[in-house]
Amino acid sequence: MTDTLTEITRADVCVVAVAECFRGDGEIIGSPMGTIPTIGARLARATFEPDLVLSNGESLFFEGTHRLGAKPDEFAAVGWIPYRQVLDVLASGRRHVMMGPVQIDAHGNANISAIGDWAKPKRQVLGSRGGPGNTINHTTSYWIPKHSARVLTATVDMVSCIGYDRAAQVGTSARFHEVRRVVTNLGVLDFVSVDGAPATMRLASVHPGATVDEIVENTGFELVVPSDVPETRLPDEAELRLIREVIDPRGMRLREVPA
Amino acid sequence: MADKRMTPEEVVAQLEDGMTVGIGGWGSRRKPMALVRAILRSDLKDLTVVSYGGPDAGLLARSGKARKLVYAFVSLDSIPLEPNFRYVRENGLVEAVEYDEGMFLSGLRAAAYRLPFLPTRAGLGSDILKVSPHLKTVASPYEDGEELVAMPALNLDVALVHANVADEKGNAALTGPDQFMDDLFCLAADKAFVSAERVVSSEDLLKEAGCFHTLVLHRYMTAGVVETPNGAHFTECPPEYGRDEAFQKAYATAAGDPEAWAAFEARFLKTADEAAYQAEVAKFREENAK
Repeated sequence: MTDTLTEITRADVCVVAVAECFRGDGEIIGSPMGTIPTIGARLARATFEPDLVLSNGESLFFEGTHRLGAKPDEFAAVGWIPYRQVLDVLASGRRHVMMGPVQIDAHGNANISAIGDWAKPKRQVLGSRGGPGNTINHTTSYWIPKHSARVLTATVDMVSCIGYDRAAQVGTSARFHEVRRVVTNLGVLDFVSVDGAPATMRLASVHPGATVDEIVENTGFELVVPSDVPETRLPDEAELRLIREVIDPRGMRLREVPA
Repeated sequence: MADKRMTPEEVVAQLEDGMTVGIGGWGSRRKPMALVRAILRSDLKDLTVVSYGGPDAGLLARSGKARKLVYAFVSLDSIPLEPNFRYVRENGLVEAVEYDEGMFLSGLRAAAYRLPFLPTRAGLGSDILKVSPHLKTVASPYEDGEELVAMPALNLDVALVHANVADEKGNAALTGPDQFMDDLFCLAADKAFVSAERVVSSEDLLKEAGCFHTLVLHRYMTAGVVETPNGAHFTECPPEYGRDEAFQKAYATAAGDPEAWAAFEARFLKTADEAAYQAEVAKFREENAK
């Protein structure tokens, strides 16, 4: 028997940490953006979150556990979800999105639009896409493949996706707002409110091989760091098999987080 | 009943400087590119382009045809960042109005319903309201009193959409996996023009469309029909064809360098007409196959 645990890569740990974000979601749409989020959401459904509803990213809901990039004739398509319906359903709240921000601050305000002055940006990226509507309507998590102080930054240049302080300012209309977790290549962050103030980011776990200091150094704002930070859990044998043999046999996850 | 068939040039002749033009499709998917190319060849100017943006938005802004872009994103999908959009934004060459995708949908619906606005939760608390000070909120008149964004109608002078198949009267089918907001773009516009991969007789439309659920563009929505085979190129138009990734890559690479861009424009965008463009694309494919 091979010693599987020594072969577990950081990418595998990230996949499981992403999957854990969807734990307890039940029968809603999981909308992962990016490679590791997609693998993680599929893993969650294949194991502890079987009711999660997932699409192929191109307008079809499918059942079963399938590889990244599976074509419609490889899976059981059970629902049609064109973009217009995504926008309708998200306003109903039955969705948990995981997005990839270019900047995020301590309250979870995130930028996917443009770096620098929005009027004439230093670097134009996507535009705010569905970020404003997602974050005010339902649960949001984030995936950051390279944890750095440039991404986890004191202030974001354009708030596309609202965090806890903005939600508090909005009040009643933001009652569906929840930024659940931020998973990075170094650790997992969640949000905690101190004395009723708008919640800020807390170090929830450190991936095996990374350190608390490394995370603090590479974060551009002050994190809440508990005295005892646990390690992110490792994938078990069944999860590893699903990741490696079923969902991502080509190892696409290693392109996002190299071994 | 009117035969609404026309050429891309005849569509462009109905456009005027300063008009607000809505463009269907999404990102680099089923864009009415043959009509966009006809605009690029024209002397139209000062357009406002309203789009779930792809190369349509990038090209019309980079060429100076669009003075203003109204978008939620601009992307080439397989290449996430649209290089010409980046160019015009980073050099301050275009007026930008950025909305959330759902706000954008509410704006199209408001225009289609002939309402001044529709309330939405999307945008509250975000900097969308800060960078667009024209946006206002509205309080629910009911007991809840909830404060919501009053998304203004995205009224369009003209809408341009691309269909898989149409008839000569202006009925059309969207047979791919996503119909996007094309019918709303048509309803939001004073005049809508549909280009299609092929134009068939009304008797054959359902057979060609495959399923009546695809017959979502109706002749009361459309003022003209243009047959443009491969007309969404280089964006995808399933099931007829996928995105021309090699060409899109060449487009994106060229856009990053002024000299290369001038050469790309000269070869592909300053052609005599759409047929000449398609002939150059065929040559490009032959060169790439070697």
